[in-house]
Amino acid sequence: MLKKLVEFSIGETGLIKKVEGEGRLRRRLFDMGVTPGATVYLRKKAPLGDPLEITIRGYELTLRKSEAELVILEVEDAK
Amino acid sequence: MKRFALAGNPNCGKTTLFNSLTGSTAHVGNWPGVTVEKKDGVYKKLPEPISIIDLPGIYSLSPYTNEEVISRNYILDEHPDAVINIVDATNLERNLYLTTQLLEIDVPVIVALNMMDILTKKGDEVDVKTIEEKLGVPVVAVSALKEDNLDDLMKRAYDACQKQREGRTIIRNKDILHLIGDVTIAFKGKNVENPLFHAIKLVENDELEVNSHKDLVPMVDDFKKTFNDDTFGDDFEAIIADDRYHYIADNFHDVILVKEKEEVVEGNKTVKMSRSDKIDKVLTHRVFGLLIFAVILFFVFHLTFSENLFFLGGLFKDVKPSFEGTLYEGLFWTDGGINSPGVILFNFFDMSFSAIIDLVGGWMSGAPEWLTGFVCDGVLSGLFAILGFLPQILVLFLFFAIMEDTGYMARVAFILDRIFRKFGLSGRAFIPMIMGFGCSVPAMINTRTLADDKERTATIRVIPFFSCGAKLPILTAIAGGIAMAFNFQYVDVITYSMYVVGAVAAIVCVLIMRNTTLKGDAAPFIMELPEYHWPQFKALMIHLWDKAKHFVKKAFTIILASTIVIWFLSSFAWNWKYLGEMDGSILQSLGQLIQPLFTPLGFGAQLSAFGWVFAVAAITGLIAKENVIATFSVLAAVIVSGFEGTEEGVEEAMIMIQNTGITWQGCIAFIAFNMLTIPCFAACATARAELPKGQFKWTILFWLAASYIGTAIIYSVLNLFPSNIGGQAYKNGQLAWAIPVVIAIVVIAVLTVFGIRLWNKRSSKKQGA
Repeated sequence: MLKKLVEFSIGETGLIKKVEGEGRLRRRLFDMGVTPGATVYLRKKAPLGDPLEITIRGYELTLRKSEAELVILEVEDAK
Repeated sequence: MKRFALAGNPNCGKTTLFNSLTGSTAHVGNWPGVTVEKKDGVYKKLPEPISIIDLPGIYSLSPYTNEEVISRNYILDEHPDAVINIVDATNLERNLYLTTQLLEIDVPVIVALNMMDILTKKGDEVDVKTIEEKLGVPVVAVSALKEDNLDDLMKRAYDACQKQREGRTIIRNKDILHLIGDVTIAFKGKNVENPLFHAIKLVENDELEVNSHKDLVPMVDDFKKTFNDDTFGDDFEAIIADDRYHYIADNFHDVILVKEKEEVVEGNKTVKMSRSDKIDKVLTHRVFGLLIFAVILFFVFHLTFSENLFFLGGLFKDVKPSFEGTLYEGLFWTDGGINSPGVILFNFFDMSFSAIIDLVGGWMSGAPEWLTGFVCDGVLSGLFAILGFLPQILVLFLFFAIMEDTGYMARVAFILDRIFRKFGLSGRAFIPMIMGFGCSVPAMINTRTLADDKERTATIRVIPFFSCGAKLPILTAIAGGIAMAFNFQYVDVITYSMYVVGAVAAIVCVLIMRNTTLKGDAAPFIMELPEYHWPQFKALMIHLWDKAKHFVKKAFTIILASTIVIWFLSSFAWNWKYLGEMDGSILQSLGQLIQPLFTPLGFGAQLSAFGWVFAVAAITGLIAKENVIATFSVLAAVIVSGFEGTEEGVEEAMIMIQNTGITWQGCIAFIAFNMLTIPCFAACATARAELPKGQFKWTILFWLAASYIGTAIIYSVLNLFPSNIGGQAYKNGQLAWAIPVVIAIVVIAVLTVFGIRLWNKRSSKKQGA
């Protein structure tokens, strides 16, 4: 099932299928390792629900919901 | 001299390596983006001395922020003899992404596999040989912190830099490689250096590259038309990024032998959790995260400034300590309250300085009057007034340094981002702002980590509102003066509230700017959160030493010079006659001239005889903020003959209050004015250099307007309260007056915020209609 990162709930894991957006923002996401094929684990949300903290490529990255809107993932089965 | 550049991801230990190699003491922190300028030093253990250049951290060679441009340009344009690529071994995958790009440049590259001490501690092992074989360049496992293997690293780098090295790419997509080959040939034809690197960047559609080689863009576009990948279409940028990560995953997934992490059951799922994760779970808790931050901040200030530690004063009300009446009483004990560590250190310095001034005064008993005046009033009391604050500043910085070094500061940016965005800033802007509590100069330079120019301008403008170390003496001295003159005990509450006032003013101003002159959406917030680690003693000491050095240097140069000038102006008349008192001095007539300007702010024409001292102090503060209290000190010595700069500003402030008849409201307004007005020379020069062209004059105007209007508002609001805070009504609840002040300021701020939002909504509706 395809889902945007912003729609993930805490503890969910997914495989990036596509990164939307354009220009410098998209470039930055790529450079930080947010590329198709990477596995993302949504660790937590900040106290006010935004930004999000994810584990990707073995490190912790924080990004806002507005940026998480651009990342489309295939949800991995929890079991 | 040969030059080696240090390149690597932010927070991978470049500056630590730099410090270890060159023996210098550059500031290191545990958040991405501490180094925003290139620094150089010399390494001396090779046959010839080597210049080492520490570059700002980069994730890739396609720069995103200003400080990343510095790194890219240095590597490409300044031709270092070798690039030492520092790779964080605990985060190999993302770090090697940059390595794959560095390898494309025609420069000898040496990979330093850093943080080996952490890996070894965890029990993990690294297959260095395999990494070296795969990358085709020397790889050395080091620990920058423990200084392991650094000589070996430098030896191999020295060997490598003797030979030319041609760039090589790891991109494997055949069609793209074909295109890159063609573009490389075109670049070679144009005699461009590093043709392979530029070709790849052009194919990647890199902004800088496309702008500088417009003529070759059609070549890529033509190829694009004939190209269609199954998954990515003609998105070369994505294909190349994907290719790099795939290469890394395929080749390096098994070079690190990981010992299993500790497992913790969470809910009904098993999640791997390290110690760092567990700490993080508490500190960034959904409900308590913000509260914890507020409490931590409060205790930092409490431990630094409080004269009633942990509010235990009440418990000891009737206790008579055995050291009552001795020197120790003043040191540890104030009216039944225990002093905080900051205050104890402060008192210790204070007593030592008083003793020195007494001693010198004694020696000079036979000297001419003006000479004694010059040494004791002009030089010593001004200088000591400033140096007396050094311990408290260092204690405050020790706490900030710990927060930074452990990695907590990066989390603070994470939990505050949502709030900051409401004001049109990203959570990252928090970092330069909190640095502003130290010194505006590095804080303004640090705004280079912000990607958006308008956000940067707004941040630079409000950084001085975050009361810097040099403004701290103004705060403590006057707050202490209020306490003494009006019989009020809670000095730390005044100090804390004034910090809050500065922060609130900053927020309101940012909001106004981001909705009017610097309109724009908040910049994206994509930031690495480093792992927590114990603060490194060495790093903390380097940081404190750096601060102390800077402060002492300033005290003996610019501040000493200003205090002498002020002493001269305040002790001599226009006919150059030594007066020994203030009446009729040059300074008095100058001060009286500008004094009426400050009437709406509470320290102008309404004051009696010596009222102009506040005007003069505020003006001298433009040279360096430490001057404000130094001025008080010099003037106090002239007002009260025989007065020695004893209480490091506090008693001076009290003398000022008693001799001018200023109200406590006026005192607070005076602190606020100094916090909000034009910062010192050094900060102005930095702002000028860091701001976009043409913004500086508006920034000066902004500071003037903000301080004048802001202070007038604060003064008017405070005047709603009775002026005898030490009186009976307040004795019973001494905190009572501080609370309405803070509330009033917050209410004004909130109203402004809502006003602007409403106004914005209306104007956008109008545009829609």
